Amino acid sequence: MNRDFYSKLIFELSQPGRKGYKIPENHLPEVKLPENLKRTSKLELPEVDEPSVVRHYNNMSTNNFGVDSGFYPLGSCTMKYNPKINEEVAAHPAFTSLHPATPDKAVQGALELYYTLQCALSEVGGMAEFTLNPYAGAHGELTGLLVIKAYHNSRGDVKRTKVIVPDSAHGTNPASAAVAGYEIIEVKSRPDGTVDVEDLKPLLDDTVAAVMMTNPNTLGIFEKNIPEIASLVHAAGALLYYDGANLNPMLGMARPGDMGFDVMHINLHKTFSTPHGGGGPGAGPVGVRAGLEQFLPNPRVVKNSDGSFSVISDKKSLGSISAHLGNFAVEARALAYILSLGNQGLKEAGKLATLNANYVKESLKDVYCLPIEGVCKHEFVFDGLADKSTCVTTLNVAKRLLDHGYHAPTIYFPLLFHESLMIEPTETESLQTLDEFIDVMRDIAREAKETPDVVKNAPLNTPISHPDDTEAALHPIVNYTELTEL
Amino acid sequence: MSHRYFPHTDADIDVMLKKCGVTSIDDLYADVPEQLLFRRDYNLPDEMSEKEVRDFFNNLGKKNDDLVCFAGNGFYDHYAPAVIGSLIARSEFLTAYTPYQPEISQGTLQYIFEYQSMMCRLTGMEVSNASMYDGTTATAEAMMMAVAHARKRNHVLISSTVNQAVIDVVKTYAGYHGVEISLIDEVDGVTSRDSMNQLLAKGDVAGVIVATRNRYGIIEDFAGFADDCKAAKALLIMNCVALDLATIKTPGEWGADVAVGDAQSLGIPLSFGGPYLGFFCAKKALMRKIPGRIVGATKDKDGRRVFVLTLQAREQHIRREKATSNICSNQGLMSLYVTIYMSLMGAKGMSDVNRQGCDGAHYLAEKLVATGKCKLTFPNRPFLNEFCITTSVPAQKIVDRALEEGILAGVQIAEDRLLIAVTEMQTVKEMDRLVEIVKSL
Repeated sequence: MNRDFYSKLIFELSQPGRKGYKIPENHLPEVKLPENLKRTSKLELPEVDEPSVVRHYNNMSTNNFGVDSGFYPLGSCTMKYNPKINEEVAAHPAFTSLHPATPDKAVQGALELYYTLQCALSEVGGMAEFTLNPYAGAHGELTGLLVIKAYHNSRGDVKRTKVIVPDSAHGTNPASAAVAGYEIIEVKSRPDGTVDVEDLKPLLDDTVAAVMMTNPNTLGIFEKNIPEIASLVHAAGALLYYDGANLNPMLGMARPGDMGFDVMHINLHKTFSTPHGGGGPGAGPVGVRAGLEQFLPNPRVVKNSDGSFSVISDKKSLGSISAHLGNFAVEARALAYILSLGNQGLKEAGKLATLNANYVKESLKDVYCLPIEGVCKHEFVFDGLADKSTCVTTLNVAKRLLDHGYHAPTIYFPLLFHESLMIEPTETESLQTLDEFIDVMRDIAREAKETPDVVKNAPLNTPISHPDDTEAALHPIVNYTELTEL
Repeated sequence: MSHRYFPHTDADIDVMLKKCGVTSIDDLYADVPEQLLFRRDYNLPDEMSEKEVRDFFNNLGKKNDDLVCFAGNGFYDHYAPAVIGSLIARSEFLTAYTPYQPEISQGTLQYIFEYQSMMCRLTGMEVSNASMYDGTTATAEAMMMAVAHARKRNHVLISSTVNQAVIDVVKTYAGYHGVEISLIDEVDGVTSRDSMNQLLAKGDVAGVIVATRNRYGIIEDFAGFADDCKAAKALLIMNCVALDLATIKTPGEWGADVAVGDAQSLGIPLSFGGPYLGFFCAKKALMRKIPGRIVGATKDKDGRRVFVLTLQAREQHIRREKATSNICSNQGLMSLYVTIYMSLMGAKGMSDVNRQGCDGAHYLAEKLVATGKCKLTFPNRPFLNEFCITTSVPAQKIVDRALEEGILAGVQIAEDRLLIAVTEMQTVKEMDRLVEIVKSL
């Protein structure tokens, strides 16, 4: 990463008369829109030439840190290596040029791609069918909950107005349930971080539509009572929802469908290595057990008896939640990843992710506070430094890591601990990388005792120093026009 | 362990197992109940070499037809400069997460700020979020925001002339969120202001959704709509095709409160439905109500101008069960895509693209009507680069025949209706070929 901060905005490179395009001319007579429908205000976009645009964004990129730049142990985000062949496949002109409204017979290859990935995810999830239409993990959660609502509605069972969510859940779980029109009930965790079955039991009645869980949970701990929880949930007539954010360590080891989950989503940008793109595009396919397929969103892709593929709509469906078949180019990347790993590679990925996480945990637990002992899966949570007398916080540690060329772990989540520091190394990191990271983490712990101000004032070695967030929120400047009016 | 994506040697694994105090990786799964362990192979192919992966997708690609595209219906075949693909492939952009650590994420934050600035100017609005999944979900989010903003009013109107996919998604979200949706009537292809006012008169309406380019390609006249909505205390939400706004009257100029829609038209590849880009812009008064992320400018400790995610108290991961939106990402890389597109094209380039499409569409429409096999469905309504024809032969027949000739003739929206779009990508020769096909039927 470039240590000289490139701070210009494209508007500041603009000079009247410059341009960066040339389009083909059709030399047809000009047709004018009625005056009352025309834009009257001047559209003030930058006027820039092509080389300036290239240099501008290239320089801007050097202020960024990606998985390709270095270790990115951001907990619950599964920042694994994003293979390059996947990018090539996603940019294939035989797919990028396809209009979504093209008749089925002219897009058989695209439909086969969708169907093949759908089947692969069903196999990995232990489900009957997946929709790939949801655009992101949170969108998948919402879609999954709507599948559940459509299921209960189809049975005339409309009194189920609640969704139960563990207190350790990702913030999106309760938010998705709220958007789906549900009331949220929180179930407590036990001291070991798993769902308290005794606390869950009295909450389960005929007003509960679903219980949402992540397994392993956000502490990286496997919910071993899941068979009991599944039978309790099903006995109450509710469905069990699997938040697939933490699916990665279960690859090859256990399947949500076999654990008793009825509906699940997968974050393709986590477990299946599609790039995060600075916040998107992702994809959040949703899978269901047998008997719930008809409630999946429209449209669906089906394979016909003659081997051809069709796009269909089902009247029992929950409706549509996207314009077409989701983020297709993201789906292509995920399929390329699955084919590249193959059966054996997929089975190894989960194990190595778990090994990496346990190795880092065991190597640091003497200097960082490990609130829950025992094996973890793909990630684990420290509750800040072990030595609390230094007053060095998790935020300080995170910022000091930036100085050493690492992305910070997830901080202050889950909410169960005051100083949560959540580390997820993923399977694509080598022992050397982990050892270097461990050394730096230990150095920071030592600094916290010996020279605490150095840690508290971090970062000192990044393109910019700490931004004033308070001022940003108090007097928001959210576009260039406001910036120039200052 | 042998896969090229995994760095672990057997020796490494031994060292690590020792540190963990176990003898095999399976021991790290000792807490998984025996009956849950997956004991067999996946029913999936074995590991493929890169060449085999490439061949696999090449073979699938051959099963798609390479077509000249006259289809639109919300998504358009536009030219994208080579610069964009090259720049968005920069791995510092591509492989970064959401910019939670501003000190090492200024690249992402800067381009989102540029994106927001450009979208405000394009839509005539004062604030833009950092983008959303697509135009359908952005419109559904606007519907939910209107209801949250109005507090006790729980009724949203949507014009019958809005694109069907948008109506479908809005209805899905509304149905489960407990929001009542009513359709405003259509008269001669456009939104009936009388019908809207009748519905507004009930006094329970939180928002009204209309489309600047409607489902027939018509550019609608919304004179007076903003006043009607204001009087009824309903938010006026305009769904737009982003590129149009370089040429046609903007939501800001019509007096709308919210502008939403899809920005795919800003050069994003069609890619069989995605990824695209939803935009969400609004008047400043609504800034603290809008869903999704927002980037703001501030200063760092050394006084440099820098950018941060701001107003995060609005966001779902903070509000949890009180959330009125569950969106927690944006469409990051796609917002970079359109930001670079708008930088290269500028206002002049974008209006040139619109002019080409408009001239081409009017040329094609005239020629098609001259065949005697179809007429314009709404001959008195203005359009930009997309129009609807009513055909005397089944529209399906035209589509099928054209497919044989390597042409996607349009989007069939009824048995006898075909929606046809023209952009800078189709030549006059290709338009003439389509005309010949229609003439021959």
